[in-house]
Amino acid sequence: MNVETVHTAQNQLLQANHINAWFSENHVVKGISLSVPSNSIVALMGPSGCGKSTFLRCLNRLHEEVPGAKVSGEVWLSEKNIYARGTDPVSIRRQIGMVFQKPNPFPSMSIFDNVAVGLRLAGVRSRAALSEAVERSLRGAALWDEVKDKLKAQGMSLSGGQQQRLCIARALAVDPSVLLMDEPTSALDPISTAKIEELIVALKANTTIVIVTHNLQQAARVSDRTAFFLMGEMVEYDVTTKIFTNPQDNRTEEYITGRFG
Amino acid sequence: MRDLIRKYMDIWMHGVLLGASFVALVPLFGVFSYVLKKGWPALSKGFFVNLPTPVGEVGGGFGNAILGSVVLILLASIVGVPWGVLCGIYLAEYRRSKLAQWLRFTVDVLTSVPSIIVGLFIYAIVVKPMANFSALAGAASLALIMIPVVARTTEEMLKLVPRATREAGLALGLPRWKVILFITLRGAVSGVATGVLLAIARVAGETAPLLFTAFNNRYWSHTLFEPVASLPVQIYVYAISPFEEWHQQAWAGALVLLFFILFVNLFIRFLIFSRGAGRTS
Repeated sequence: MNVETVHTAQNQLLQANHINAWFSENHVVKGISLSVPSNSIVALMGPSGCGKSTFLRCLNRLHEEVPGAKVSGEVWLSEKNIYARGTDPVSIRRQIGMVFQKPNPFPSMSIFDNVAVGLRLAGVRSRAALSEAVERSLRGAALWDEVKDKLKAQGMSLSGGQQQRLCIARALAVDPSVLLMDEPTSALDPISTAKIEELIVALKANTTIVIVTHNLQQAARVSDRTAFFLMGEMVEYDVTTKIFTNPQDNRTEEYITGRFG
Repeated sequence: MRDLIRKYMDIWMHGVLLGASFVALVPLFGVFSYVLKKGWPALSKGFFVNLPTPVGEVGGGFGNAILGSVVLILLASIVGVPWGVLCGIYLAEYRRSKLAQWLRFTVDVLTSVPSIIVGLFIYAIVVKPMANFSALAGAASLALIMIPVVARTTEEMLKLVPRATREAGLALGLPRWKVILFITLRGAVSGVATGVLLAIARVAGETAPLLFTAFNNRYWSHTLFEPVASLPVQIYVYAISPFEEWHQQAWAGALVLLFFILFVNLFIRFLIFSRGAGRTS
């Protein structure tokens, strides 16, 4: 597989070229290139500490917010390299949303405010526009029916699974073209997990999703393509069914058959 | 035998601890009951609204001192709270910078500067140039005492907000200053409010810095540029006077001050218990 020099092959929405990432002197992501077709779901899987989360955080320039962190390489979003000199990470992050491992609704904010805050702080003042966006996003996150009568309740008062869907709604509200998800179900019970997986598949219609998971079944259930990470390197990247039925690299095979990891 | 000794030792030590705690509470209840006993009889509606009267004339009150204290605290808060909060934000959000470490040390030192020295400092830089004691100078000295208290509590409360909250804000495509001001700070708001109230309770009873700055006034102050009476200073003046009825009034003033501070502290308790000190609700 050779994706190195392709900037933006046709309908590849997101294209990472030679991404390296460090925490101080610790080289955790080693020259990874990966392309994500639009309206698809790409899963990044691998054992703990393989660099998959760090790589994900390079895709919206969040990695560099950690003290001592460094990145090199390029990430093309459509026609734009988000690491180009002079690019404002703030404008990039508006187009590339993120959902985190642990549900993290904003404290001391109502459900409504949690969803509306991104737009409000971006300058949207109209009450009607905000209400409309909140409803659309909560519907998009399959949470509307459960919270429509208590939009003024604290976001933190919801259950864990609901909180995570609230976080998805919050990310959807600013209408990103890519949604990054960092093990979004690892803190949730199986029923909440199933709901979120169902939601992820439904979201594909309007967004492109990159999801980190160390749950093999999850990668198999939701994704179109799967990348296998090991010790900071990408071992293999292919169509999900192929990765799970006919992996090319025997390390991938060992991992998916449960021999390590 | 050894078991028996151990058992009695346990009872004995338990008793010692209980006794020590009890002894620590005695002065507190002593102060309260004594001030209540002495001050209550002199409290009346007139005490809160009337000006002080000359010795021998009945019906005088601490009206100007109470109003003066309110004005001083309000003015000090208007300056000291935002200043302290901004300083605390810097300490928490840029905690690794060299400047923050240096600043944190300075703030700690400022916290322990004796308040009389703060008063002298404001005397030198405000009162002398303006050639007048004033409410402004008094408020400035109180603000200077508030800033480090507010800054440090704000810092501690912001540190309790998880990094994930900040990252979620950044991931929404918001600039860092908006994340700090509208998301992180909001998550810590009840804790920060606690710090503000603590600072208010602290300066409400300050006397020394006001002696050189706000001075005192027998009458209502009409502008912020003239000397102003305050509760602690008025208590001091009345308490050292040779007149029995002034002593009674000083006790009443002490009671009012004590109740104000008690009320603020109870309110802080309420904030902490109802919101979990700025953490998640």
